[in-house]
Amino acid sequence: MTLYAAFGAIEQGFVYGIMVIGVYLTFRILDFPDLTVDGSLPLGAAISAVAITSGVNPYLSLLLAVAGGFLAGVVTAVLNTKFKILHLLASILTMIALYSINIRIMAGPNVALLGSETVFDSVTRLGVPAHFAGLIIFGSFAVLVVCLIVWFLGTELGQAILATGDNPQMIRSLGVNTDAIIILGVGISNALVALSGALVAQNQGAADVGMGIGTIVAGLASVIIGETVFGCRTIGRAFIAALLGSIVYRLAIALALSFEIGGFRFNPSDLNLITAVLVIAALIAPNLKRRLIAH
Amino acid sequence: MIRLENIIKYFHKGSVNEVFALNNLSLQIEEGDFVTVIGSNGAGKSTLLNCIAGGFFPDSGSISIADHDVTRWPEYQRARFIARVFQDPLLGTCPSATLEQNMALAIRRGLKRGLARGVKAADRLRFRKELEHLGLGLEDRLLDKVGLLSGGQRQALTMLMATMIRPEVLLLDEQIAALDPKTANQILSLTHDIVRQQGLTTLMITHNMKHAIAFGNRLIMLHQGRIILDLSGAAKENLTVADLLAQFYKTQGEELALDSLLLG
Ligand SMILES: Nc1ncnc2c1ncn2[C@@H]1O[C@H](COP(=O)(O)OP(=O)(O)OP(=O)(O)O)[C@@H](O)[C@H]1O
Ligand SMILES: [Mg+2]
Repeated sequence: MTLYAAFGAIEQGFVYGIMVIGVYLTFRILDFPDLTVDGSLPLGAAISAVAITSGVNPYLSLLLAVAGGFLAGVVTAVLNTKFKILHLLASILTMIALYSINIRIMAGPNVALLGSETVFDSVTRLGVPAHFAGLIIFGSFAVLVVCLIVWFLGTELGQAILATGDNPQMIRSLGVNTDAIIILGVGISNALVALSGALVAQNQGAADVGMGIGTIVAGLASVIIGETVFGCRTIGRAFIAALLGSIVYRLAIALALSFEIGGFRFNPSDLNLITAVLVIAALIAPNLKRRLIAH
Repeated sequence: MIRLENIIKYFHKGSVNEVFALNNLSLQIEEGDFVTVIGSNGAGKSTLLNCIAGGFFPDSGSISIADHDVTRWPEYQRARFIARVFQDPLLGTCPSATLEQNMALAIRRGLKRGLARGVKAADRLRFRKELEHLGLGLEDRLLDKVGLLSGGQRQALTMLMATMIRPEVLLLDEQIAALDPKTANQILSLTHDIVRQQGLTTLMITHNMKHAIAFGNRLIMLHQGRIILDLSGAAKENLTVADLLAQFYKTQGEELALDSLLLG
């Protein structure tokens, strides 16, 4: 793997790491398997790109994307809590609805940002070389998000979110409206996913309706790799692990894609296979380790 | 304090599994009453407590607590007035949160939860003191996850959490059923102390006739979703286990007779 490829992988690890934090919040904290993310990632991208092309400040466009993502999460969670639709099904419904909505927002399957001002320009303008701008922006956003979410989960409200995932009956009998908490939590999760999508779009210079495909798979892979490699004993540790898991996942993919023996190479269409193998490896690694140590 | 009027509750109404769980049940409990609740399996004891706590809405009838008509209040809203301890020690606490986090959750029962720290430094001192009071050595384990505690320790913690801020009503559903006899007695005397000190209005379900007689100032027996025995004052004080068993088997006998009629 070239240094250039490794660099790119770390960059991707950070920006998609924001999505992974969101996935961790639903899957692990709230125990709410949420597939909305495949739609809310391009939703964030679409909102941000369209806002920018209509002259909105790129940072403000991120805020709009976050709001859009939050709303998408709210729809899924309301379908589940108020209308009693199974969480997986509710999230799939929102996801497919978002496919059409994203095309409506962009008035087509994609929007290019050619020549428009993006958040990266605010960094390059300070004299930072263009190839570092991505790393700086993505890295700062990702670290900021981890800090914010860990702080938030330590508040009274955050503790109620943790308890809702852990023991809903108990926290309800302590006066917490668990439906409202689930709506809030799934909303925040998708807000983060949309932020991730918006940043990706600004970096790539385009938003595309297909860019969300496989988001949930990558998210889960990163979560599982993070947990296996870095552990999750405390909440702080768990979210740092999720972010690092995202970086390891992107590095592993880059490594696999650069792999070559004889005439054989992986190509991008093998990505799903590689991801599946990575997740399986991460899932069975702790077992294997235990067995090796025991013998 | 609590007033139930003509409560009717069916489960799975209209299906083959239909259960008539509460049969036109009325009950009035005064402030400071400690009521023990007995009855055979399936009599509707847990359903009665659940109905008061708001786990479901009755099909008809009304419920008021502390002069508020709470019939249509969801469970989380009624938590303002009610604290509960469940039969299953796993239900009362969050396993992956620490002792202090659990206690911090409990002292905000029925209050708004905002962006202040979940566990506040000032509260830690209080938690430690309260745990010391339990005498189980838990005061040094504030940072341990509750999942690491034994069932008895968890139940003691739940009991403490239920009463750290004074509830108007304390609902205990066989809170010692899952514990060994020694721990069960500890928890029971803890219950007794707390209820007496704070003068709490309490409903306690038990299958132990001795406990039902020894505790509280009033005893009710449920059968098929109805109250078939309601004793307080001298009538309860002079009650013996033998009397109670006689009553108990009388209802069972009816059931047997009915069964043999139906089957015969
Ligand atoms: N959620 C529910 N759904 C369906 N039926 C229920 C439900 N809860 C209780 N029941 C039924 O209502 C009846 C009363 O049950 P309840 O749990 O109140 O009994 P109990 O007196 O607490 O018995 P036990 O001593 O065994 O705990 C039973 O027939 C039970 O099967
Ligand atoms: Mg019961």
